[in-house]
Amino acid sequence: MTDRKAEQVSATTLDPAPNRLRGSNGGRRADPIFRAVLMVAASSVLIILAAMIIRTTIEAWPVFAKEGILGFVTGQEWSVGTSRSEVTGTYGAFPFIYGTLKISAIAVLFAVPLAIGIALFTNEIAPPWLRRPLAYTVDTLAMVPSIVYALVGMYFFRLYFWAPVGRFVADSPVGNVPFFSGPVLLSSYWSAANILTIMILPIITAICRDVFAQVPADERNAAFAMGATRWEVMSKVIVPHSFSGIVGGTMLGLGRALGETLAVAVLIGSSQRWAPRLFFGGDAMTAVIANTFADAHPEAIWALLAIGVTLFFITMFVNVAARLIVARVGERVGGGAVV
Amino acid sequence: MRSFSKKAAATLLALALVAVACGGGDDTAGDPTAAGNDAADDAGEDDDLEVGEDGVAADRADLLGAGATFITPVMLEWIRDNEPGIAVNYQSIGSGGGIAQFLEETVDFGSTERFLTDEEIEDAREIRGCEPLHIPDAFGSVVLAFNDPDLIAALEAAGQDQVILDAETIAAIFLTEITSWDDPAIAALNPDVDLPSTEMVAAHRSDGSGTTYIFTRYLSDEDANWDAQIGFGSEVDWVAGTIGGNGNEGVAAEVQQQPGAVGYLSYAYAVENDIPVAAVVNADGNVVSPTIDSISAGPDSIIDTIPDDFRYDILGVGADGYPIVGTHWILAWECGYDDATAESLKDFLSWVVTEGDTLARELLYSPVTGSFEERVLAQIERINSAN
Repeated sequence: MTDRKAEQVSATTLDPAPNRLRGSNGGRRADPIFRAVLMVAASSVLIILAAMIIRTTIEAWPVFAKEGILGFVTGQEWSVGTSRSEVTGTYGAFPFIYGTLKISAIAVLFAVPLAIGIALFTNEIAPPWLRRPLAYTVDTLAMVPSIVYALVGMYFFRLYFWAPVGRFVADSPVGNVPFFSGPVLLSSYWSAANILTIMILPIITAICRDVFAQVPADERNAAFAMGATRWEVMSKVIVPHSFSGIVGGTMLGLGRALGETLAVAVLIGSSQRWAPRLFFGGDAMTAVIANTFADAHPEAIWALLAIGVTLFFITMFVNVAARLIVARVGERVGGGAVV
Repeated sequence: MRSFSKKAAATLLALALVAVACGGGDDTAGDPTAAGNDAADDAGEDDDLEVGEDGVAADRADLLGAGATFITPVMLEWIRDNEPGIAVNYQSIGSGGGIAQFLEETVDFGSTERFLTDEEIEDAREIRGCEPLHIPDAFGSVVLAFNDPDLIAALEAAGQDQVILDAETIAAIFLTEITSWDDPAIAALNPDVDLPSTEMVAAHRSDGSGTTYIFTRYLSDEDANWDAQIGFGSEVDWVAGTIGGNGNEGVAAEVQQQPGAVGYLSYAYAVENDIPVAAVVNADGNVVSPTIDSISAGPDSIIDTIPDDFRYDILGVGADGYPIVGTHWILAWECGYDDATAESLKDFLSWVVTEGDTLARELLYSPVTGSFEERVLAQIERINSAN
């Protein structure tokens, strides 16, 4: 905006004397050079991405060829072979795909309402002196390294919070539902989903805060003037107005949850199996790659790369879906879109 | 526009300056530390100083090795204390990584807890045109650790030191066929103990690991049911309902925190962390608890049957031997080293095998001894002999 204005100003006010317009040789060349530099910068992203996908897909191809893409994605058994030149093991990645999707979905389910609550409190309810410190605190959560989350989760949270809550749920009547039945393991989908909730909270909260702040003051004031309560303003004006922004933030959080590796690897249980239960020790795509690649035989590494390729396509699907949702919702509700 | 391009140029220049400054910084930062290390080494080994100064340039070289994490604690001690004074850089990246780097010829020696497969040997011959050599330098064992205060109390009440397990019950626990301590199969082995009914959770390594190889190789040999369902390897397909931990630390954390957990750990790790372990019935039917002597007895009992290429598993251990035992090997080539590297490698490995025993025992590894030591030394002499 400001650049364009500045250009207009210079175009109208300055006298375009021929000499000055021509400028030095350097000045005339700078524009195309700078343009080329920017082109290289922009295309480098595409080139790097393409190189990674093509390279990993080629490496992983023998595994896809043997199992079939559908067989790889739906296969239940993961038992690695020891060959250096051909695929001799059985590679079914379903337990890992299931685990990744499950813990990410649960994390989003917990984190989004919490993030909306935090953002509304920070923007609307908290006394002004508290707003900045609160926002900074949430942002600080985003700066904590993954390994620290992993260790704190492993030696503290799961022992004193998650497992006790899990045992309470499993022992209550709710525990009769197979999904919530015991035994409650310390390392489980439940623990991994909980750590992911904490880890994706900051980004969703930050985006919610931003979009809530963008709700036009006129609309809020109008609602208050009509006699709306704070609750009504928040639930009927601010949140609906920011819906597409919330969806965008959620999708960013989901992307982070899908890709999170270390904390999940430590807390999910890593049993290379799956079960439709919450307190079961399962496995996730990133976790199995991180846990097993160091000691893997070459063919197992191809299979791990195949998981990487699959994860890439899942993430891409989530991204595209997010954009479509935001675009559709944006048309209907209008405003506040961030992503 | 002109001012803009000037800004861009200034930015580029600044970036370039930063890059140069960083590069320079790295160099200057690198040198003093390197010098510092040398100084520290020299100060620590006064006797070797003269020999070193004469010898280093002529017939010594620094060594680069990579591989098993299991051996890392004692390897670092060996590297620090080795009397030939050879500088060794050991990268603890796992057996699989060690084998890969060895076959890619990016390291002077590899380090592994499983021997090379036939296919790997064939590839190796093609890669370098000569034999890859397996050089055993230590033995390690795997113990069963558990977390159950009730069981400990019951053992104390019965006056028994350790709970007793055999291969069948261990296999059944890890197949989740036995789910509590008071299972009849365990009760039959511990008739005097009033076993608790704690629900068991089997904990295993989630990463590929030589420890897993030793453990599953043992079970596969002893228990047909295990062999049919799981087999053996550095990474296997565990049954549902078990949990995995990354590294010995990960399994130890599961065992110490998860009530009812039973996990397998490298012996040294269990001892250092004071985790209660089980005694195991060996092939002769003797109940053996893991100690440094019973671990050494395992390899001793099969030493005459070890083939000349040193690719073997330690199975069917009887007498006083603790049965779940494995070997750590150094991988080296029969050809293709320059003289200095070959001499350094031979000197270092010979020292490890002959003089490194005390350090190994201190860190709870079982060293290579006796007639086997002579065979290993002969194997070390083969390094670079096929040029």
